[in-house]
Amino acid sequence: MQPAADTEATRQPLEIRGISKAYGRFPALKNVSLQARDKEFLALLGPSGSGKTTLLRVLAGLETPDEGEVRFDDEDFLALPVRRRRVGMVFQHYALFRHMTVAQNIAFGLTVRPRAERPAKSEIADRVQHLLSLVQLEGLDKRFPAQLSGGQRQRVALARALAIEPRMLLLDEPFGALDAQVRRDLRRWLRELHDRAGVTTVFVTHDQEEALDLADRVAILKDGALVQLGAPNELYEAPANPFVYDFLGAACRLPGVVEDDRLRVADWETTAPKDAPQGEVDVFFRPDEVAFAPADGAGLAAEVRGATARGPKVRIDCVIEGRTMELEAHSRDAPPGVAPGLSVRVKPLRPRVYAAG
Amino acid sequence: MSRKPVVRLPGIAPLLVLAAVAVMGVLVILPLVTVFHDAFSKGVGAVIAALREPDAMAAIRLTLVVAAISVPLNAAFGVAAAWAIAKFEFKGKSLLLTLIDLPFSISPVVSGLVWVLLFGAQGWFGEWLIDHDVKIIFALPGLVLATILVTFPFVARELIPLMQDQGVDEEVAALTLGASGFVTFWKITLPNIRWALLYGVLLCNARAMGEFGAVSVVSGHIRGLTDTLPLHVEVLYNDYDFVGAFAAASVLASLGLVTLILKTALEWRHAGELAASRRH
Repeated sequence: MQPAADTEATRQPLEIRGISKAYGRFPALKNVSLQARDKEFLALLGPSGSGKTTLLRVLAGLETPDEGEVRFDDEDFLALPVRRRRVGMVFQHYALFRHMTVAQNIAFGLTVRPRAERPAKSEIADRVQHLLSLVQLEGLDKRFPAQLSGGQRQRVALARALAIEPRMLLLDEPFGALDAQVRRDLRRWLRELHDRAGVTTVFVTHDQEEALDLADRVAILKDGALVQLGAPNELYEAPANPFVYDFLGAACRLPGVVEDDRLRVADWETTAPKDAPQGEVDVFFRPDEVAFAPADGAGLAAEVRGATARGPKVRIDCVIEGRTMELEAHSRDAPPGVAPGLSVRVKPLRPRVYAAG
Repeated sequence: MSRKPVVRLPGIAPLLVLAAVAVMGVLVILPLVTVFHDAFSKGVGAVIAALREPDAMAAIRLTLVVAAISVPLNAAFGVAAAWAIAKFEFKGKSLLLTLIDLPFSISPVVSGLVWVLLFGAQGWFGEWLIDHDVKIIFALPGLVLATILVTFPFVARELIPLMQDQGVDEEVAALTLGASGFVTFWKITLPNIRWALLYGVLLCNARAMGEFGAVSVVSGHIRGLTDTLPLHVEVLYNDYDFVGAFAAASVLASLGLVTLILKTALEWRHAGELAASRRH
């Protein structure tokens, strides 16, 4: 869609075109292009070394790409120095100013403005109070960063970033240094905050659960290249390749063959998924998306090695085609009398097929 | 701040402490007491008289002037060097680090001699300097140059580990919030290193005022003109003016004691911030 024809709802203020960046001979980003919609929450997801943080730093102006273009509201973003981009950045290790109080930290972006643009002292104080209540830290304004917990520090960092009324919010693994429980709480809270503040947000993470849970759309990067971009559900339902499939959750994998719309894996045959490649393929399925049948039924022959009940779920370790797999089933769906040594049939409910590689 | 657990060693520990105190007493306290004792052996009046001597006054003034010029320069250099080394990646970084350490490893006499070889009458630039009537050796500029060369590692060495420890995150955050480079340095970098900087300046100042070897080479020992306080002590001592020599020495010792007290106070107040420098 052309920018001129955009309606407010589909406006794409952030446009990244063909960004490449190399450190010496190591390519960190390879021709990455993507857009973010207005007020969108976009996650950059990938394993370490995938270039996601480099891309975020390019957006912030902390790295200069070798090639490519970044436009924001049709302005050449790369021509602007860091301090003129007005992006709010939140770092993994908070980067709070340790010698300043919480209030001084939050006010920093306003107090360093040139005199002509600087709000009055009372106005800054009001803004700080407003932000403190937004991040639910009222009454902590006189504390120093060292006197706060990790979760509190990150919320101060977020308030500080929001204080400059950023055109875009950039979050670099903001919950990476926090423990699991705090992470989950902050995640929900961050999403609510984003919806209220209405700022386009780019969020870097290596945690697929976090990305799928939080973002409107997720961009998956691998080795500096964009692999797939889509809504969390789209990605989960239709991973573009084995890497994405594997990265988004636990995966079981078997070799198979597709011929004339039929998929054959060992002695099991079924209708091939739509648009499946012909010939030798890799078949993927999720360990919890399987149905069990008796040994004389249809499915992949499997021998149970162990079964562990965990609440309403049962983990079933079995060997299929010589490969050990950890399957998972609701206890009512588990094969009756499941125990080591039992032979069963396993039918993947939603197999994904990729050309063998 | 967490307290370190205390380990008690019954029996042997008190002996070790006693031995340490005894050694310290003989090697440090005793000479220090001697300095003051000998200075005041003929009464307070003699000390005051010795220090009011024009040559002594000139030596004190010169020492203060040399320190007043070289310490700020070295503070500025130290901050700049530490900033470059700790916050940026560039080629030749380890070479720069080695160069900063050089004055620690070469004899101060050499640090003085290089200036004579460069700017002395027979030196590389000697003739040109004489032609243009510029005096460096046997004059204040030479004393300042020699002092700077000997004392320049102090501030940088104190700051580098701390600044490396602090990283660049806060500076980067300040930039994204719209601060200029200068504002970032002034409001973020400098406040974060202020106590370590003060500590380094104290050490640098103590050495600048007490330096003997390097200054001795470039001074030329012109009484009342190019003799700093440490050189003045030697001159008086060689003249068998013991009260004068020890009076001047006690001024130097007092300077050292004041430095030590300030240093201890700093360590006590800002232990956490200074810990980074002592960790390595």
